[in-house]
Amino acid sequence: MTAADTEIDSLLGRKWRKPPMIRRRWLRWAIGLGFVAYLIAAFATIEVNWSRVYEGLDRGGAFVMAFTSPDFTSRGSDIWAGMLESVVMTVAASVVGILISIPIALGAARNIAPLPVYMICRGIIAVSRALQEIIVAILLVAIFGFGPLAGFLTLSFATIGFLSKLLAEDIESMSRAQGEAVRATGSRWAQWINYGVQPQVMPRLIGLSIYRVDINFRESAILGLVGAGGIGATLNTAFDRYEYDTAAAILIIIIAVVMALEYISGIVRARVQ
Amino acid sequence: MLRLDKLTKTYKTGDQALKAVELEIPQGQVVALIGPSGAGKSTLIRCINRLVEPTSGKVWLGDTELTELGAGALRRERRRMGMIFQEYALVERLTVMENVLSGRLGYVGFWRSLTRRFPQKDVDEAFRLLDRVGLVHMADKRADELSGGQRQRVGICRALIQDPALLLVDEPTASLDPKTSRQIMRLICELCAERGLAAIINIHDVALAQMFVARVIGLRAGAVEFDGPPDALTPDVLTTIYGEEDWVATIDKVEDEEDTLDPEAVA
Repeated sequence: MTAADTEIDSLLGRKWRKPPMIRRRWLRWAIGLGFVAYLIAAFATIEVNWSRVYEGLDRGGAFVMAFTSPDFTSRGSDIWAGMLESVVMTVAASVVGILISIPIALGAARNIAPLPVYMICRGIIAVSRALQEIIVAILLVAIFGFGPLAGFLTLSFATIGFLSKLLAEDIESMSRAQGEAVRATGSRWAQWINYGVQPQVMPRLIGLSIYRVDINFRESAILGLVGAGGIGATLNTAFDRYEYDTAAAILIIIIAVVMALEYISGIVRARVQ
Repeated sequence: MLRLDKLTKTYKTGDQALKAVELEIPQGQVVALIGPSGAGKSTLIRCINRLVEPTSGKVWLGDTELTELGAGALRRERRRMGMIFQEYALVERLTVMENVLSGRLGYVGFWRSLTRRFPQKDVDEAFRLLDRVGLVHMADKRADELSGGQRQRVGICRALIQDPALLLVDEPTASLDPKTSRQIMRLICELCAERGLAAIINIHDVALAQMFVARVIGLRAGAVEFDGPPDALTPDVLTTIYGEEDWVATIDKVEDEEDTLDPEAVA
């Protein structure tokens, strides 16, 4: 009998289980129990003032009920002006943001850019993503004053972080051979990007761009709350005046527009494959 | 026409893919490069057009030394070296015509290529080549709609429209069925003969190589182990290249039956 035979004999008839993700039994239990204990402790620290909740229910109810009688007319011109401002902000910020994102995405793809360029572009992306839109908007409102200019700049800035990062990742995962084949013909760098890289990432670029337009429109509704213009400013005013029916009308419009954009983007993305 | 002088490639990992390879290929000669996976076949042909940078050594294409060239000069020399790839490496979302015309990128300016306004003689030549390989009716199809054999023929057109002096061919038949493989090999060799092109063809299929080429080079662990006519590939030689195995069946003379390229049959 050889060593291999004895090994297989001892294995036969034995139960088989998938090896656990964490090998050490005590560590596995410690992590599991620790997490549950933390969860219980965390929930225990959240204070709930039940009498305040009871009072608030009325106000919440009024807000929800306003959706049954949304008022599109009495502040109609304000709503219209706010919407128009939001759309202008969204379109302008998306176009500018996307145009700036593309070169940064090329620079942030390790398979295309040399290390120094890569570091700089990744740095720009990191800064853009680290600063939340609201914080940027507050800063820019402080600099440029109330109005859509601050909103436009905020959204452009946020678009760069979002689009560059995701596009760069798509470029990094492209087929190397297709790019190599174009390079082997003696093409220039720009021709290589145009023939070898662009066709591979175009569907992703279009999909992300439309998605970003959608996000920018929703964000433009938030940015108004900190004074950066758009439909959000109108919404904020409606809340301040306790005009819940007008607020409901604005929210319904926002939801409708976002759903329409979602629908369009679905169609476009299916087409560009 | 092509001369490699002590060409060496050491990867960052420390793997020595090529060990001072010396090689000379005269005008118009088609050479098959055989050897086990990892022997450095792909590295060798990629070091010639510098898709992979050689660590040391020289590459002479005619009177030009390639390893020292700057970016612009290298681009101009790359136009003289057509490359055909394993798995075709067509840009899948471009049309067949765009893929073929991309072989002219080294000759046309950026704006012309961006707007796809290639000179008429390039477009004519593209149609002529597509007609030669039996794919002229596919010109406006997207490359990913084609079958494997068709894609490789587009790849051949892309290499030839460069008007090269040398073809670098990397496993042209790796993912093709036996009949299509023969057709592709035959097509490459016929076109090389028509145009007086030299070619280096990396290939795994020893019998297929013997069928079509005049000279075989065996590479093993980055060094030339064999260099001679296909008839000289004896079982002993194959053992020195690949290692111990029963080689008799592999090199049994395969009679080349008459399956000339028939575009309808494989379309």
